[in-house]
Amino acid sequence: MTSLPDLRGKVAIVGAATAGVGNAGGGYNTLELAAIAAQRALTDANLTTRQVDGLFNNSAYHFLPALSMTEYLNIRPKVIDASTIGGSGYVSYVLSAAMALYTGQCDVALICHGSNQLSGRSGTHGRLPSLMEPHPYEEPYEPRMPIAAYAMAAARHMHEYGTTREHLAEVAVAARKWAALNPEAYERGPLTKEDVLASKMICDPLTVRDCCLVTDGAGAVVMVRAEDAGRYSSNPVYFLGGGVELSHRQIASMPDLTVTAAKGSGQRAFAMARLSPQDVDIAELYDAFTINTLLFLEDLGFCPKGEGGRFVSDGGIAPGGQLPVNTNGGGLSFCHPGMYGIFTVIEAVRQLRGEADARQVKDAQVALCHGNGGVLSSQATVVLGMPSTL
Amino acid sequence: MTNTVGAEQEFRDRLAEGKFGVQSCQSCNAYVFFPRVVCPECGGISLQWCETQGMGVVYSTTVVRRSDRSGGNYNIAIVELDDGPRMMSRVEGIAPEAVKIGLRVTARIVDKAGTPVVMFTPEGDTK
Repeated sequence: MTSLPDLRGKVAIVGAATAGVGNAGGGYNTLELAAIAAQRALTDANLTTRQVDGLFNNSAYHFLPALSMTEYLNIRPKVIDASTIGGSGYVSYVLSAAMALYTGQCDVALICHGSNQLSGRSGTHGRLPSLMEPHPYEEPYEPRMPIAAYAMAAARHMHEYGTTREHLAEVAVAARKWAALNPEAYERGPLTKEDVLASKMICDPLTVRDCCLVTDGAGAVVMVRAEDAGRYSSNPVYFLGGGVELSHRQIASMPDLTVTAAKGSGQRAFAMARLSPQDVDIAELYDAFTINTLLFLEDLGFCPKGEGGRFVSDGGIAPGGQLPVNTNGGGLSFCHPGMYGIFTVIEAVRQLRGEADARQVKDAQVALCHGNGGVLSSQATVVLGMPSTL
Repeated sequence: MTNTVGAEQEFRDRLAEGKFGVQSCQSCNAYVFFPRVVCPECGGISLQWCETQGMGVVYSTTVVRRSDRSGGNYNIAIVELDDGPRMMSRVEGIAPEAVKIGLRVTARIVDKAGTPVVMFTPEGDTK
């Protein structure tokens, strides 16, 4: 087998920013939100839109999202990745951007996303259009998607490993505890395990509190080659490893509902980073539903298969726990604008740079970002680190 | 191409004749669902239609909660056919919350607003 180019430490994130997290007010369209985030991330890197020559973006609102963003920012990207694989895309774009930068196809890579999924419902800028085709072997049964798929993954995990609704509730409570420390998070009020268990059931065993938020939000990340990083940032965050893997589209085609393709994406990301789960100081895991966090903790190797529930018990991933997970509050409590992937990267950058204020994890040097898309269908893992890890 | 229609159309045509068709691969012996023109196991094109007995077991299940006004709760399940492949369906003839992983079920073709659809009932249920 030919070896992957050794991308470890060859590129760095020099800018990261959010915009309109939670509720953007109803007067902003999705391109405007993405553009504000992009401008802020570029400013963070002492760059402007004029220097961007690589674009990595997607949108559920635009049929040709790379073209819409290109036009809006008036840029001329020479390399793009606008793969539509769901919310994992923005994590996979970090790997795409790393490859493009390393091979010299671009010098400044911009990853961005914007959505007004909450305020667009009642505001002046339109509901989310559905670009999704009906699936002939699912549609006749009217599954409530995506939640029915995740509910069946949770049910199977409970059946095989004795995972309980209390374990799932622990994930929601931990996310809320982190969110309470983050002024930017959309849901910050107190939440107990009992609250989660007593909340409205949507698709058994998942209640409304086992499901991510529906909010607005935009985010952007700027990447350059490591040799250029010092010019743009006093605090670059280095790319150490990345991996992507896709497995299916419809949930009935998923080979094993308790094992995701995160196993493969994670193994390759760790191999490239020459690190193991024990080296990770913070993990940002795409928590569209509480079961996701358990599956990814297992599949990425933080605990053995089936042990996710026990791993998160007694505040295991909450502030002060054995592994800080979703330190911004996650998709469950920070924000979830349809696709959440980019926020795993932004939060990792903020933590590694020591900019996370009340929720700062002390001396965090290595962060893992994991994106999920579809119905546990697409998985992308990226490991980031500070200069001490190079 | 020896067939005049693709696998999805053939599946629908068979359903309209009251037959629940799956495919078996003549190259690797895999049973295949959903129907395809390329075998998902070996990549070959020797997929032959066969009629399944429609016996299987619930691999996973959920209750989609819905107000009584909108029709009430209903089941969504993934059924693993005894032949091997899995498919999405609903288990009916039993309360949606009584459908458990491991329940033996049998397929039947049900008319849903003029379209034939494969549904399941608990094994031995003759209703």
